[in-house]
Amino acid sequence: MKFPLSWLRDHLDTSASLPEITDALTRIGLELEGVQDRGAALAAFRIAHVVAAAQHPNADRLRACKVDTGDGALVSVVCGAPNARTGMKAVFAPPGAYIPGTGITLKIGEIRGVQSAGMLLSAREMGLGDDHDGILDLPPDAPVGTPYVVWAGLDDPVIDIAVTPNRGDALSVRGVARDLAAAGIGTLKPWAPPPVPAIFPSPLHWSVIDDKTCPWVLGRTVRNVRNGPSPKWLSDRLTAIGLRPINALVDVTNFFTFDLGRPLHVFDADKVSGPLLTLRPGAGETFRALNGKDYTVTPDDCAIADAAGVQSLAGVMGGAATGCDETTTSVFIECALFDPIRVALTGRRHQIASDARQRFERGIDPALLPDGLEAATRMVIDLCGGEASEIVAAGSEPGWQRAATLRFGRLAGLGGLDVPADEAVASLERLGFSVVSRDATRVTVNVPSWRNDIAARTDLDFAPGLDAEKAEAAAAGRAAIEPEADLVEEVLRLKGLDNVPPVSMTVPGPVPLPTLSPRQTRTVLARRTLAAQGLAECVTFSFMADKDAALFGSPDPALRLVNPIVADLDQLRPTPVATLAQAAKRNAARGFADVSLFEVGPAFRGVAPETQPIVAAGIRAGATPRNWLAPTRPVDALDAKADAFAVLSALGVPMEALTITTDAPGFYHPGQSGVVRQGPKTALATFGALHPNVLAGLNAAVPMVAFEVFLDAIPDPKRRRKSVPDLPAFMPVRRDFAFVVDRAVTAEAVLKAARGAERQLIASVALFDAYEGDKIDAGKKSLAVEVMFQPRERTLTDAEIEAACAKVASAVEKATGGRLR
Amino acid sequence: MSDDLDALKSRTEADLAAATDLRAWDAVRVAVLGKSGSLTALLKELGKVAPEERRERGAALNRLKDSLNAAIEARRTALETAALEARLAAERMDVTLPPRPHPAGLIHPISRTIEEMAAIFGAMGFEVAEGPDVESDWHNFGALNIPAHHPARADHDTFYLPPVAGQSMPPVLRTHTSPVQVRTMLERSLPFRVVVPGRTYRADHDATHSPMFHQIEGLALGRDITLGHLKGCLIDFLRTFFGISTLPVRFRSSYFPFTEPSMEVDIGWNRKTGELGGGGDWLEILGSGMVHPKVLANAGIDPREWQGFAFGMGVERVTMLKHGIPDLRPFYESDIRWLRHYGFNPLAPAMLHEGV
Repeated sequence: MKFPLSWLRDHLDTSASLPEITDALTRIGLELEGVQDRGAALAAFRIAHVVAAAQHPNADRLRACKVDTGDGALVSVVCGAPNARTGMKAVFAPPGAYIPGTGITLKIGEIRGVQSAGMLLSAREMGLGDDHDGILDLPPDAPVGTPYVVWAGLDDPVIDIAVTPNRGDALSVRGVARDLAAAGIGTLKPWAPPPVPAIFPSPLHWSVIDDKTCPWVLGRTVRNVRNGPSPKWLSDRLTAIGLRPINALVDVTNFFTFDLGRPLHVFDADKVSGPLLTLRPGAGETFRALNGKDYTVTPDDCAIADAAGVQSLAGVMGGAATGCDETTTSVFIECALFDPIRVALTGRRHQIASDARQRFERGIDPALLPDGLEAATRMVIDLCGGEASEIVAAGSEPGWQRAATLRFGRLAGLGGLDVPADEAVASLERLGFSVVSRDATRVTVNVPSWRNDIAARTDLDFAPGLDAEKAEAAAAGRAAIEPEADLVEEVLRLKGLDNVPPVSMTVPGPVPLPTLSPRQTRTVLARRTLAAQGLAECVTFSFMADKDAALFGSPDPALRLVNPIVADLDQLRPTPVATLAQAAKRNAARGFADVSLFEVGPAFRGVAPETQPIVAAGIRAGATPRNWLAPTRPVDALDAKADAFAVLSALGVPMEALTITTDAPGFYHPGQSGVVRQGPKTALATFGALHPNVLAGLNAAVPMVAFEVFLDAIPDPKRRRKSVPDLPAFMPVRRDFAFVVDRAVTAEAVLKAARGAERQLIASVALFDAYEGDKIDAGKKSLAVEVMFQPRERTLTDAEIEAACAKVASAVEKATGGRLR
Repeated sequence: MSDDLDALKSRTEADLAAATDLRAWDAVRVAVLGKSGSLTALLKELGKVAPEERRERGAALNRLKDSLNAAIEARRTALETAALEARLAAERMDVTLPPRPHPAGLIHPISRTIEEMAAIFGAMGFEVAEGPDVESDWHNFGALNIPAHHPARADHDTFYLPPVAGQSMPPVLRTHTSPVQVRTMLERSLPFRVVVPGRTYRADHDATHSPMFHQIEGLALGRDITLGHLKGCLIDFLRTFFGISTLPVRFRSSYFPFTEPSMEVDIGWNRKTGELGGGGDWLEILGSGMVHPKVLANAGIDPREWQGFAFGMGVERVTMLKHGIPDLRPFYESDIRWLRHYGFNPLAPAMLHEGV
């Protein structure tokens, strides 16, 4: 909210400087957003009298002036303005002054032989407009020597503060003044508008259908008014806070919206089809609001209607048809109290952000209606003349009175600061609280009418299925504690939170317990493992374009954002692979096609918490690095498999028990992908080359391989002591075998058969060569394995080795239909 | 020594000098010391020498044999040394050649910051808690004292998902990590302290806002935790995290629906240089407060018995400040050049005993 300092001084008697005021505002929770001080840059300029303006002896277009700046001595100034003339009053800039419009700092100079010790300024040179027809021509009574900004009323800085949603009362200059006074910055000036005598009965009356929507509404007609532009002081104030002056009657309502936080509305009484103005639910009617737009009111809106139909959206915006303009001679002033929730929802439904809505939805002072209406009536008559009717009303002042109790010990017990009881009570009293009772340990105060945020009677919103007994105790506890917490906050706010002594957290022992759960540790380890594999960690968006997500599976409509910020971020990603593939693509577009990227983040399968698993996913794109020793090659599915395996192995998965199936998701190449399984059901990971259709859909020019490791699917690590290591004393024996098998036979089948041939003796089996080509039959391939036999009791004899080898050969031949090469 | 022995000696020495490889050297050795070698022959003939000369001749032959043996061995050592040197010279490689590639990966700055935060808050007795990105309206708003009509909702720029059958309000992408406060209060036994890092979402996209960003939430509940502890905890954290033991920290009264009293926290910096610490300017860095009695009650906790504090801060924001990263958007662009520039070594994780 913005207000000029002079407006604040209407309500606050203070000798505090501007910085003292703004520092206090920030400290007490009315955070300073900025100070606009138009006068500061113009402070050096003074009003001067041009005693003589003669033709420059050496220049046709220049004038040599003698200027009285109020110092007594005349100053010589050379001026190029055509309107410089003897006897005029102008604005003088002395040497050393900075001219905002031109960016020049003045120096004493000589222009074609005549000294120029200053400058006479145009509006543009002062940064006050575009007018450059000549220098500013001030009225003859402008006082010579006075700073221009003082005379022109520009020495009034405009303060801009951020008001938090709980402080509807601070959306008024008077509310801000009250808070500042309570914080020790001056005293609040008394304010009590004298009543305006009622001359005649009001031709318009209120009717309220639902007193919950509108508990209380006042109105008053002022007849024989002459509407027109507001006086300068009022239009200046509105202009200073960014409002456009309309006409005096409308400006009065805007003035009180900001002065008292008391929104008002004025109807042109002659345009209203009286005599009844009814507050009622909307019924689908369309009306044109003051902003020129048409709105259709719903049964959830509170409308104000006359005999002709809906004329206003209560608490949000008035209607154009009954608005006041220059022809208005009879005005009906509305001063109402509306249900904050209904106003908030109506404003949101129709997307109207008005100053009235902003105040009504935060709650306005329910006791201020009569005084607000009297003050507005007085100002209308002062500005436009006329006479006032009686006040018409519907409903009555609601019971807003509430009390709150503060146990003094809670200032330290909750707030951490031992504020003396007298000081705490004095703070509350300065804020408008009145003491009901007090003893050594506690004080009970009445809450002022304007502080609807204190001891508010709002509903709880219990956890679904919460135990009834727990809920009852919690509700009782809240009722007892919340008003007290409100008061603690008020006292601490005024005292300054910087005065609360910081206390370091105490811990149960000198050595901290683990911060991460075993599962969280695993996530961190997966991240480090992949980075150590050579992949760069990325953080990509959780959402992407619907059509791009479709490359990775049919997008779930339940996971499409209702209100995406841009169309290409509308679908929650099915897998991080999807957004990583786009990242790889973007890098390729920058000239870096060969990248290896990973991310540990959510995949979205649904909206329930358990359907948002954390996945460690990666992409390798393009080719391996070019190096003179290791020739470059395109990335392949086994690169991705290595990454997935590195994670699984690091996380303690028993690798020898894993199997690979070829039913990977459809975004992979069906012949170059696999699912890593532990047992028949549990899929721990997928890997493979991306499907050519996906690459085409991405417009990717290089191959990409990907993997996903489902961290949530990996069984929890067991904290078990390690068994004794197996360190046989006898030399192992290694033998190589090459099997010719059908092309369809998997390496896993060969390795598994070999491993199972002699379980006690065979310690490991490793594939060391795979061959397809013209040296063997078409449709066949050769797989060569090294088998390591590990004797445990004695060295093996040649015959025993021969027998074991024969078992390996026959086991593999039997399992795969292959033959020893 | 007789002339023939002298001749043999000088001839052998000449032959050895002429032998430039081990094969030639071996031929010389065999020609002198072999079965039919010249010295062997002379030794065989010693018996034929007259007895009175035999003793002298024998002694001379033995001296010659020792001398020739020594000369032959010396020559072999010399030839072997020369051969090794020749081999080493021949095997010289260009050691300025690049080695086999082993591309290094790296950790994203956001992950690094979250690790550092976990380490520091962990030392203060906090555990890490987590929750889902897609949340119910109740967890994200209602439980936190932000009812449907609350003006604060307008500030949250919430992303909504389609309504779900059987639920009155549609699910949302969480606008803050605070819903995990609620989950933790419902799931854990009191007292506890948790920090909650995670992704958060708001419909805001410009130079300083991203529709997805990260927050870390803190929640400490106990019997006698006060605003003083909140201040101490945050000051301790901020000074450790930024590595400035004198970092100025300022607390201002503010408002959040889920805390009371509420405070904004500023740190001292120099607006012109961006340097943290001195400079006289203040930079808003996080929001905090004592947990609102309504929030406790909504989760079934009796606020007469339990109280505590909560705070939330932007992970990217403090990361940018700590490392002088000027722009927010590249955090999510995955530009490999940016990642290489700002990324962290995976083998040097954040550990308090190594210094964060």
